Amino acid sequence: MTPQGRLTAALARIPYATFLGVRAELKGDELTLVLPFAQHLVGNPLLPALHGGVVGALMELTAITQLAIASKSETFPKTIDVGFDYLRSGRPVDTYARAKVIKIGRRIANVQAEAWQGERGQPIAAMHGHFLVGDDEAANTKS
Amino acid sequence: MASETHYGEGGDVFERVQAMMKWTPQGQALGFEVTKLEGNHVWGRAPYKPELIGDPETGVIAGGVITTFLDQLCGMAAVLAMKEPSMVATIDIRIDYMRAATPPRDVLAEAHCYKIGRNVAFVRAVAFEDDAGNPIAHATATFMVNATRKFGANLREKKS
Repeated sequence: MTPQGRLTAALARIPYATFLGVRAELKGDELTLVLPFAQHLVGNPLLPALHGGVVGALMELTAITQLAIASKSETFPKTIDVGFDYLRSGRPVDTYARAKVIKIGRRIANVQAEAWQGERGQPIAAMHGHFLVGDDEAANTKS
Repeated sequence: MASETHYGEGGDVFERVQAMMKWTPQGQALGFEVTKLEGNHVWGRAPYKPELIGDPETGVIAGGVITTFLDQLCGMAAVLAMKEPSMVATIDIRIDYMRAATPPRDVLAEAHCYKIGRNVAFVRAVAFEDDAGNPIAHATATFMVNATRKFGANLREKKS
């Protein structure tokens, strides 16, 4: 199976990715997630604007998928923390996201992501986060 | 801070807040509910649904659902802290995950707007199944207050 095919299959196994309607495009090792606009993704029906949580979810999904590709992992990494900055209101059009793996450590990876709509240079939101990629063998907790 | 909610005058505040939660199509699609109000605190529920699973191996709900839930509940807490309810816009939200949510249980959360100024509201939230002492995630968020824009503003061409 091609890397693109494997990726499409991996996303298809995630019910939430299907719920959002996310599609993946892979060029070399660079991933773009595409979120086609849909009415159920709206957070403010007056403007209308995408729900901030949906844009956040898109970036987090991009980050963990890009990280799985970069670390050649068969499973998706677990989120430790994520911070989302909202820069512009998400218009009712298709949204794209790309992530950059800053560092993969033995246990923790640092990843940044951005989401945009019409113009790549005008992101609507940014994300940075830490993800668990390995596990310490012995727990060191009191209980 | 007085213990009564500040949301508008008269009417059934709880019903109105519940309606606000369902006013967003995404909140409606995810089945969010408000369960309790007290001062600038708001409690809510995000029901477990198979279509929201993020990890098919374990059946754990996707992080994105928690993000959306906490963002919306925090925004609600900010609106509740206002004398005159207005639109809010998220400036930023940070979420720390202590553990995975337990399938197939609903996720509950409490959000508290602990400071609101003319321009910015500061909100904290915690997500859990039974009690906040065993948290799934903590969130810290800031919101722009009075973020009201014209009806259909996002339908106009070219904006930055």
